[in-house]
Amino acid sequence: MGLREIPDTSIFDLRLSRRGRRLNKLCHTLCDPRNREAFKADEEAYMARFGLTEEEKDLVRTRNFRGLIESGLNIYWMLKLGSATGNSLYRMGAQMRGESYEAFLKTRTIDGAV
Amino acid sequence: MARVVGGIGLSHVPSVGPVVDRKRQDEAAWKPLFDAYVPVRDWLSKLKPDVAIVVYNDHGADFALDKYPTFALGAAERYGIADEGFGTRPLPEVPGDAELSIHLCERLIEDEFDLTVCQEMAVEHGFLVPMNLCFPHTAAGWPVRTIPLQVNVIQHPLPTARRCYKLGQAIRRAVESYPPDVSAVILGTGGMSHQLQGRRFGFMNEAFDQAFLDRLESDPDGLAGISHQEIMEQAGAEAVELIMWLTMRGAMSPEARRVHRHYYAPMTTGMGLITFEDS
Repeated sequence: MGLREIPDTSIFDLRLSRRGRRLNKLCHTLCDPRNREAFKADEEAYMARFGLTEEEKDLVRTRNFRGLIESGLNIYWMLKLGSATGNSLYRMGAQMRGESYEAFLKTRTIDGAV
Repeated sequence: MARVVGGIGLSHVPSVGPVVDRKRQDEAAWKPLFDAYVPVRDWLSKLKPDVAIVVYNDHGADFALDKYPTFALGAAERYGIADEGFGTRPLPEVPGDAELSIHLCERLIEDEFDLTVCQEMAVEHGFLVPMNLCFPHTAAGWPVRTIPLQVNVIQHPLPTARRCYKLGQAIRRAVESYPPDVSAVILGTGGMSHQLQGRRFGFMNEAFDQAFLDRLESDPDGLAGISHQEIMEQAGAEAVELIMWLTMRGAMSPEARRVHRHYYAPMTTGMGLITFEDS
């Protein structure tokens, strides 16, 4: 069986997870405050340690969250990258939707529950 | 003999954690959610459970994708608080019930649920937000012992909704075969409708969520036939966490009485709440 495609949606299956393993591995280490500091101090050196491809590094450098998801970074591991780079879930979400943070908040019922 | 005396289905939205830690529960945007738990806590104070079995998913705090179990049961005396990448919340360690955990492992594996057994496990918002809402801690610690049951709802292939429902039924049988006079509640957490990635970020579907609550109460066996595809298409990719509510429902009798029900969806997640009590 398996899952059918869903428009505008990433389905995190084993093939996508395999593709994103370097990104997910890097982000998992950001659960340790010392690693978060090391990442913030020198992103390039930190990315090199995990053998990211040049394309993956560019996605991190440009904070291309939609691209990272499409490259197999799982949303829950991406949240750790968001935290280390000052991007909240809603800011990442607005970018993935292709709109500004302010425009995104206007689409919510009660935008104060953040 | 041990018994399952109550079941709770509830969302485990992470932003609830900092609201609790900073005591912002009375803010207008949050009050409707927290108010809904006041009668639930009154009800729990009458049920006086000794143990809470919490069915949840880790979000990359203590479990990594290099080895990812489908069902993982905690079998420890206590569970630490995990850092999810945002810092460790100022919460006391959570007490376990290792004896009951061992009994559950023995009976569930004998019942053909081949669990990963975790002698060390740290818990995060999937587990802690439901605890904050139902069993707030005090300076003396948490008011119940706990057993965490971590389910893979992240990396497909996931267990089916029916498998989760049957696991709940097996948990009930396992609890009822435990000789000590222990009363347990079971929490099925996660959902409801939400999608956190892609262009469809922020998608919710209240009609789906309300129908899910209806069927969870009146037709759980039929609801257990729902596919991941249907949940993800209709309620968002991350709504598939809802299969864990079926584990809770499976651990209650089919004719269990529904006690509370609430729904609040201010931002990006349908935050549902439903409770059941066995007569």
